[in-house]
Amino acid sequence: MSRQVKIEIWVGLLVLMTLIAVAFIALKVSNFSAIQDRPSYQIHALFSHVGGLTQRAPVKVSGVVIGRVASIEIDPISYRAKVTMDIYNDYADLPQDSSASILTAGLLGSQYVGIEVGGEEDVLKPGDRINYTQSALVLENLIGQLMVKLTDGGDK
Amino acid sequence: MIFLRYLGSSSLEVLQALGKLAFFVFSVFPALPYSVWRFRLLLKQIYFTGVLSLPIILTAGLFVGMVLGLQGHNILTSFNAEEAVGTMTALSLIRELGPVVAALLFAGRAGSALTAEVGLMKSTEQLSALEMMAVDPMKFVVAPRLLACIITLPMLAMIFIAMGIFGGYLVAVGWLGLDEGAFWAHMNDQVDWHEDVINGLIKAIAFAVLIAIISLYQGYESVPTSEGVSRATTRTVVHASLGVLGLDFILTALMFT
Repeated sequence: MSRQVKIEIWVGLLVLMTLIAVAFIALKVSNFSAIQDRPSYQIHALFSHVGGLTQRAPVKVSGVVIGRVASIEIDPISYRAKVTMDIYNDYADLPQDSSASILTAGLLGSQYVGIEVGGEEDVLKPGDRINYTQSALVLENLIGQLMVKLTDGGDK
Repeated sequence: MIFLRYLGSSSLEVLQALGKLAFFVFSVFPALPYSVWRFRLLLKQIYFTGVLSLPIILTAGLFVGMVLGLQGHNILTSFNAEEAVGTMTALSLIRELGPVVAALLFAGRAGSALTAEVGLMKSTEQLSALEMMAVDPMKFVVAPRLLACIITLPMLAMIFIAMGIFGGYLVAVGWLGLDEGAFWAHMNDQVDWHEDVINGLIKAIAFAVLIAIISLYQGYESVPTSEGVSRATTRTVVHASLGVLGLDFILTALMFT
C-alpha cells in the first residue's frame, strides 16, 4: 500500500467518525428532530403571570407534547402576558372551552403549558384565544397566603 | 531615561509584530482558495493535523466526560436532581469544554508541530528555495495548513463532544445506576440544535483560525536558528492557549447572553 493510499484511508476514517459523532449529537443528544417545522396553527392565551416560561417550551395535553410556545409578550390592553402557541395540525380539534395552565415538570424542572381539554363541540380555530387560564405558581405569593392563613388560625 | 527608552522600544516592537501579523493574515487569506485545488497537499495536512490528533482527542474526551458524569452526579444528588446529569454533561461539553479543550489539545499537538515544521523549513532555507522556483510559499506551504486546521478542528471538537457524552453515559448509567431513559430524555429536552450545537461549532471554527494563524505566523517569522525555532514553538503553545481562552470568553458573552 502506498503512503498516499494510507493517508486517504485514515482521512476517510476521520471523516466517518465525525459523521457518526454529528449524527449522534443531532439525533440522540439535541432536539434536532423536534425542530423540523411541523405544520401547525397558532392560538394564544392571556396569563396574569408566566413565571419561568420560555419560548419553545412544550405545550402538553395529558403529558403529551402537542406544540411549542411561539412567543411571550405583553398584551397592550390588559397588561397581561400573551402567550402565543404553535399547535401541530395533528391536534386540530381542541374544544373551545379548554383551559391552559402553566405547570412545572418535577420540583426543579422547566415550565410548560398544560392544556386541560374541555367538553364543547366547537373547536379552537387558528388565532383563537383560550379563555380559561391559570397562571404560574409564584412561591412568594403562596407563602404570603399561607402566612395570612396561619395568622388567622392563631387569632381564633 | 532608561525606563523611557525601554518603554518606547518595547512598544515599537509590539507594534512591529502586530503589523507583521496583519501583513501575514492579509497575504494568506487570498492564497486560501488555491489550496482547495491542491487537493493532495490538503489531504496530507488533514492527515497530519487531524488524524494524528485523534488518539489524544478520543482519550481526553472520554475522561473529561467521565469526570463530568461523576462530579455532576455527586453534586446533583444533593438536590435530588440526578436526572439532570445528562443535561449538565451534554451542555457543558457542547457549549464550552468540547471546543475549548479540543482547541487546547490541538494547539499543543498540531499547532506546535506546524510551527516547528515551518520554522525548520525557514531555517533550512526551503522557503527561500521555493521562492527561487517562483512558487509562492504562502500558497504552497501556509495556505494548505491553515485550511486543514479550519477543517479538522471542528471535526475533532465534534468527536470530542460525542466521546465525552458517551463517557458521561458510561459513568452515570453504567456505574452509578442512573435510569437510562431519564438520562437521554432530559438531555434531549434541554439541548438545542441551533442555540447550542451550532454555536459550539462556530466556536471551534474561530479557535481553528486563531490557532492556525498564530502557529503558522510564529513558524514563518521565527529566527532561523535551532534556538529561534524552539522559542517560536513555545510561544505558539502559550499564545494559542491564552488566545483560545480569551476568545472563548468573548464568544460566550456574545452567544449565550
